[in-house]
Amino acid sequence: MIPVPILVFQIAAVVAVIVIAFFVLRGGGARHQAIRRILLVLFVIGAAISVFFPNLLTWLANLVGIGRGTDLLLYILVIAFLGFAATTYRRSRQLEDQITELARRIALLGGEQPLADSPAKQPAKSPAKSPAKARKRTG
Amino acid sequence: MPRTWVVIPLFNEGSVIRDVVTEVRRTFPHVVCIDDGSSDDSAAEAEAAGAVVLRHPINLGQGAALQTGFDYALSDPAMTEVVTFDADGQHQVADAAGMVEKLRAEGLDVVIGSRFLDERTEVARLRRMVLKTAALYTRWTSGMALTDAHNGLRVIDRGLLSKVRITQNRMAHASELVDKIGALQAKWAEYPTHIIYSDYSKAKGQSLLNSVNILFELIFR
Repeated sequence: MIPVPILVFQIAAVVAVIVIAFFVLRGGGARHQAIRRILLVLFVIGAAISVFFPNLLTWLANLVGIGRGTDLLLYILVIAFLGFAATTYRRSRQLEDQITELARRIALLGGEQPLADSPAKQPAKSPAKSPAKARKRTG
Repeated sequence: MPRTWVVIPLFNEGSVIRDVVTEVRRTFPHVVCIDDGSSDDSAAEAEAAGAVVLRHPINLGQGAALQTGFDYALSDPAMTEVVTFDADGQHQVADAAGMVEKLRAEGLDVVIGSRFLDERTEVARLRRMVLKTAALYTRWTSGMALTDAHNGLRVIDRGLLSKVRITQNRMAHASELVDKIGALQAKWAEYPTHIIYSDYSKAKGQSLLNSVNILFELIFR
């Protein structure tokens, strides 16, 4: 079993990393992108090394109070996934904002412009519903 | 001469929107409907009833539709206030007229409808509970002691309207709007409104589970 102080430290570390992922890596920006890419390259190198020297991962895990190297890998994976989910969520929010602005412009361009002195628009003289419409409803 | 624009977000309400717009235009001639990518004939029906119709090329959500309507209303220099109104006919035009009157008479920035100020509106117990919790949450985030946080009937003065911008595309816009009103320390009041839960509006209305989505969108904005 892991001693309680180390467990507390680990939880704190996980929380810290998630917070860092959310606040530092969020948004675009060339610097943030560069940091993300450096981390990715380091991860790839680490993964490659661990294939040839499996004991290295276990040694590293023991260093931070985790039993096995595979556990360490799992924890890193979980943190990386949460970071990925957070950055992806932010990115899609940004895209959504952009799409909204675009769609809004299109909608406003399509509408007639209100004139300050124009009378209110009169309703069209077509009280009867068209047969084409009835077809659409049933179909 | 004051001019009120009624802003109606519209999404697949083809069977009722003509009657709703016709009814509204008896009191408020200036109506703008924002067709939020409907797949039925909502836009044509609204146009036939005499509303200005703006079309979102894709479905974005009610919050986005409202903001598009606000942008349009602000482009009319004669506009003095807007009314936000639901397309499914659950609101009363008389309530809206009373709210506009109150706004002008008391020089308020915004009047928000509440179905809990009198006994006219019958709300199912679970829905009442969720709405009350939402109102409490809103009170906590905005400092405004509202009795009903998710009422679609509101009147907003031009000055305030030009200062707020809805960024929550979907249903979280109601809380967002209240938060921004609170942050701007606008002069606000509630007004008792009667909401009619017809079978139609119940079938079309949002599921209570959607409150989970609203909460999520408010926290992770």
